[in-house]
Amino acid sequence: MISQIRKLGDQGLNVCNELGYSGIFLFRTLFHKPRLTKSFPLLIRQMYAIGVLSLPIILVSAVFIGMVVALQGFNILNKFSATEELGQMVALSVVRELGPVVSALLFAGRAGSALTAEIGLMKATEQLASMEMMGVDPMWRVISPRFWAGFYSLPLLVIIFCAIAIIGGYLVGVVWLGVDNGAFWNNMQASVDFRIDAINGVIKSIVFGFVVTWIAVFQGYACIPTAEGISRATTRTVVYSSLAVLGLDFVLTALMMGGW
Amino acid sequence: MSNDILVKVRNLSFSRGSRLIFDNISLDIPHGKITAIMGPSGTGKTTLLQLIGGQLKPQAGFIDVGGHVIGDLNRRQLYRARRDMGLLFQSGALFSDLNVFENVAFPLRAHTKLSESMIRDLVLMKLEAVGLRGARELQVSQLSGGMARRVALARALALDPQLMMYDEPFTGQDPISMGVLVRLIKRVHDALGMTSIIVSHDVPETAGIADYIYLLAGGKVIGQGTPAELQRSQSPYVEQFMHGLADGAVPFHYPAAAYQADLLEAVE
Repeated sequence: MISQIRKLGDQGLNVCNELGYSGIFLFRTLFHKPRLTKSFPLLIRQMYAIGVLSLPIILVSAVFIGMVVALQGFNILNKFSATEELGQMVALSVVRELGPVVSALLFAGRAGSALTAEIGLMKATEQLASMEMMGVDPMWRVISPRFWAGFYSLPLLVIIFCAIAIIGGYLVGVVWLGVDNGAFWNNMQASVDFRIDAINGVIKSIVFGFVVTWIAVFQGYACIPTAEGISRATTRTVVYSSLAVLGLDFVLTALMMGGW
Repeated sequence: MSNDILVKVRNLSFSRGSRLIFDNISLDIPHGKITAIMGPSGTGKTTLLQLIGGQLKPQAGFIDVGGHVIGDLNRRQLYRARRDMGLLFQSGALFSDLNVFENVAFPLRAHTKLSESMIRDLVLMKLEAVGLRGARELQVSQLSGGMARRVALARALALDPQLMMYDEPFTGQDPISMGVLVRLIKRVHDALGMTSIIVSHDVPETAGIADYIYLLAGGKVIGQGTPAELQRSQSPYVEQFMHGLADGAVPFHYPAAAYQADLLEAVE
């Protein structure tokens, strides 16, 4: 009994320790002496690796999700003879929820895991230590560009996701199932509010981008520098990020809809 | 005399978990000399380099490098102090996303505002010194183990450090690469007039170029002197290590219960 209580206490202390460490890590990532001329090329390079290379998976997923939402929506709306509302349904579902959440989950799986593995491998091969020994802070050279690249990339990916998903919905709804073209776009335009729907979707994506990238770079930096340690850290990135995205999505939605 | 000492290690104690790595050791690294830190695997030779470089902090005692007590420096001061140190990692630790040229240029770009043409000239000079000027366009993945270590040496020397540390530079090298590295370390040391610390357990190669050797085992300095003095030493530890004897003061067997009792227990 005593040993179980002790074990529980140990785990609690470990969680507190890790939270504190990740907080200090985040502080050091966000606040350091700016070196714009040297940092900017690093940021652009990472935005290519993290953002541009994530585009294929985002585009393909967006098309299919838009198509599925349109197909399901058409069948439901058809029962009420309200198929001309399909544009509104697709746009609201995608902009408010599916766009930010699915993009963030895909981003965690594709870019987050790659970030963790890359930083973990740099640690295992002593690249981070050698940088420190050359008097170069890895927080500035390695972590910060990756963090900011992820933070900037996800909102842009979410906007692209939403646009492509709506086109997917259009293809299924209008081109395939014969919903009126004018009604599809007009109802969408009339019902989607820029501030309430579009901006809130982007706010969600900014929060998700911050959290997912923080988890990914921290797990890579703090991993045990062995093959097994990197593998575990990569798994933790995907699991923690996914849970954080889904949990935060509920909290943000409740706040945005005035539920609290 | 004390002005001739670049690195002073005083009453240093350090442990990892419950394992004591250093137990109140003191040693001096003189200016302009090659000092070797030797000892069996697992005695904390690399840990000592990490402590000198400030990657680890001593739990007791202190390390003074060029007048700076390393453990007392804040992050910024430590990074500044490290510009006068070079460390050749055992693995080379080259940046895998950069080619050979960019790896060597890395510290110059990070710490200087030299023009691109000046950086190019300096990098080519460093690569020429290690015989790899022709390999500057190669990716790290295209280098052999020996070449990677030479590139890492060129990178460590890029800022002409006052103190150069080598972590197991000869491990895993074929005889040709090993010979090249031995000569290179000696030549670079003499040419640049730096202070060198070599951590190694390769006795003939290290003893061939070192001016002074510290022998570590069991968390203590068990022997010190010039290579010739250590070769003649009558101390059982020193003799066993310097002559590569399988059993002796450092036992061949890891501590265990009596062999016969262990076997009988399995039968029961």
